[in-house]
Amino acid sequence: MEAVNQQKNAARSIDIESMNRGPKLNMADETACIEIKNFNLFYGDAQALKDINLTIPRHRVTAFIGPSGCGKSTFLRCFNRMNDLIDNVNIQGQLLLDGEELNSPAVNVSDLRRKVGMVFQKPNPFPKTIYENVAYGLRLQGVNDRQTLDKVVEKSLKGAALWDEVKDRLQSSAMGLSGGQQQRLVIARAIAIEPEVLLLDEPASALDPLSTLKIEELIYELKEKYTIVIVTHNMQQAARVSDYTAFMYMGELIEFGATDELFTNPGKKQTEDYITGRYG
Amino acid sequence: MSNSTFKSWYQSGSPWVWLNAGAVSISLIAVIGLVLLIAVRGLSHFWPADIMSVEYNEPGLEPTVLIGERVDHEIVPAERVPSDYQLREGQISVERYLLKIGNRDQFGLDFRWVNKDWMGEVSYPEDILAIERREWGHFYGYLQSVVEQGEIVADGEQAWPEFQQRLERSNNLVAEIKYIEKIEIGKINQALESLRLDERRLELDNVPEDNAAYAEIEAAKAVQNEKYAKLQTRLSELSQALMRDQVVMQMSNGDEVVIPMAKIVDVVKPNDMNRLEKLQHYFHEVWKFVSGEPREANTEGGIFPAIFGTVMMVLIMSVIVTPFGVIAAIYLKEYAKQGFVTRTIRIAVNNLAGVPSIVYGVFGLGFFVYFLGGNIDEIFFQAKLPSPTFGQPGLMWASLTLAILTVPVVIVATEEGLSRIPRAMREGSLALGATKAETLWRTVIPMAAPAMMTGLILAVARAAGEVAPLMMVGVVKLAPALAVDSVAPYLHLDRQFMHLGFHIYDVGFQSPNVEAARPLVYATAFLLLLIIVVLNLTAISIRNRLRENFKASDN
Repeated sequence: MEAVNQQKNAARSIDIESMNRGPKLNMADETACIEIKNFNLFYGDAQALKDINLTIPRHRVTAFIGPSGCGKSTFLRCFNRMNDLIDNVNIQGQLLLDGEELNSPAVNVSDLRRKVGMVFQKPNPFPKTIYENVAYGLRLQGVNDRQTLDKVVEKSLKGAALWDEVKDRLQSSAMGLSGGQQQRLVIARAIAIEPEVLLLDEPASALDPLSTLKIEELIYELKEKYTIVIVTHNMQQAARVSDYTAFMYMGELIEFGATDELFTNPGKKQTEDYITGRYG
Repeated sequence: MSNSTFKSWYQSGSPWVWLNAGAVSISLIAVIGLVLLIAVRGLSHFWPADIMSVEYNEPGLEPTVLIGERVDHEIVPAERVPSDYQLREGQISVERYLLKIGNRDQFGLDFRWVNKDWMGEVSYPEDILAIERREWGHFYGYLQSVVEQGEIVADGEQAWPEFQQRLERSNNLVAEIKYIEKIEIGKINQALESLRLDERRLELDNVPEDNAAYAEIEAAKAVQNEKYAKLQTRLSELSQALMRDQVVMQMSNGDEVVIPMAKIVDVVKPNDMNRLEKLQHYFHEVWKFVSGEPREANTEGGIFPAIFGTVMMVLIMSVIVTPFGVIAAIYLKEYAKQGFVTRTIRIAVNNLAGVPSIVYGVFGLGFFVYFLGGNIDEIFFQAKLPSPTFGQPGLMWASLTLAILTVPVVIVATEEGLSRIPRAMREGSLALGATKAETLWRTVIPMAAPAMMTGLILAVARAAGEVAPLMMVGVVKLAPALAVDSVAPYLHLDRQFMHLGFHIYDVGFQSPNVEAARPLVYATAFLLLLIIVVLNLTAISIRNRLRENFKASDN
């Protein structure tokens, strides 16, 4: 965990001497997608994230768990620079996407956000048609060719397991969908622009169990193509969907490891207390 | 016991419910009552009421017959009865009627109060005619004969159909004369004026007098003058034809009066009409009022120029104020750094809404008319000086002044709307790689559009009702021409215009004939209300359609 690779190379193995190794997944076998080094974040004078070092593996689901206010959402929002919108946020340290610093002035925020898609806690479809919601990102890039859009909309909705439910009413308002459908629509909207990374900020917390199940199945399928980072309150969910889990507490990264390992054999007392429900 | 009952009643909250419901009821009653009063008083004016013929025996005067339409009725208590009036024993009040007796040119006044006590037999003869004249208001009387060039062509039974037929011919002639005067001669005048301006421009540019350009202009002028001479001949022919017919009418006192056909607009026999015919005539009269031009210092005729002016001004104001207010609000809300300065600006904008409108009028006159308009004239219309083009009150300056007056409303409403867009919407758009501007254009502004429409609705309501500032920046009692016509550039923003609000003031308080003007004031007020309602309903229906598109989800 402490040891980090200094090379700015997109695909390379990772030195993880100090990590627990699971029988199936092994960080040593993964390639890095996002690397976080000595990362600190301040809201004015208050420090929200403290000296975080972490590597998020490519094409895997990484879950952030921890009690409310531990900074996991704030951390997630750093990966597509959503925190830029908030005044008084200061950051220190390195945040590398494919080996490139994503906070450097040379990075175009819009390009970054196209590469790092995000799905929020509450479904937030635009008050437009289902079709236009999915096409939104492409239209932003200047794609207005009907055939291309048709193709991408169909592919994305299929990718988000929503196609069968909405194919007959693409031109009706997205506001008429149920909460679970809306959340899958938002995921379709995010994958329509083919990002590398998909950030999910408690994507199922506002949904009923059945919709939650669908979203979880979807996450499982999506990891084939995308690197997924998910923030969740729900430890069962983290255990079900994620390959790796990071436990955060009070702005610090307490423990990171393969999910199976972390849940069955936590390395730290705090982690154990949290996952067994003793605090949090 | 009763004390505790009162207390529990008080605590139950029902006094509040009663208080609130009472306040709402009083407001509703006030509004409905006002609208009803205006509507009834205004709209009943056009009904062709029966005309009574009554013997009138005023003590000390010869008995006489009055013909007229009963328009009002009042009971005067004995204490207020004039001292020369002989009250009967035990009489505590006098009943009297207001008769519209018309024939102002003959009798000196066309309304007269008559005491019921002195009235003899009342009858409604079927052959009484009510003639609407171009001058001097209505004429009431009996038709004697129709005269052509001094020769009687019809009398007795034949006179009435002959009258109607010849009236139609005369009205067609009047319409033709008006067309030539307004449209064709108007075009020639426009052409001559532009030639004069061309000549003046040459003079200003110090072109020598022997230049060929002058000759060209002279030639063009000659062509126009020739056209004008032709039209003049045609006009005098038409007037000759128009002067052909007269009607001889007998008044209530037996005197005969000759009325030229050219002076007559319309004629009916109200006592001989059934309900359906009256209804037909009623709508005809309403239509004439809505579509016609005013006559007789605005106390007769229609108010179309005022309707047109009001609507044009409100539309132009909307076109100016909406983009201006919306853009200002977007900057204030989305881009400006929220701090002391922004807060101050916001407070200042809110306070602008409270500035008395007459102040805007003075500002408009000083800044727009004299400063901006004066400079525009200096730069673009120099040839026309010293007579001003934009340097005088006009439609554009009035619209701009009202736009400034209403811009705070639009800004406040738009800001409200923008702040109500959920953060999640903005973040959703930004997360897809949209820039802030793209997010604004594609998501935030469409979602805030209903709020902007609300602002526009409030602005329209306020602007349509303003009169005071307009009196300084463009409204006149009688505008010679509409702001839109068939002469390029078709929309004349520099022209002065008529306005319903000002028309109400002018007809109601500046007119020499109070009784005749009163119903028109009500009718005009009703029409103004109607136009504001229609403008608002249009805006509201647009807003509702927008809202339908952006209906938020329930979960």
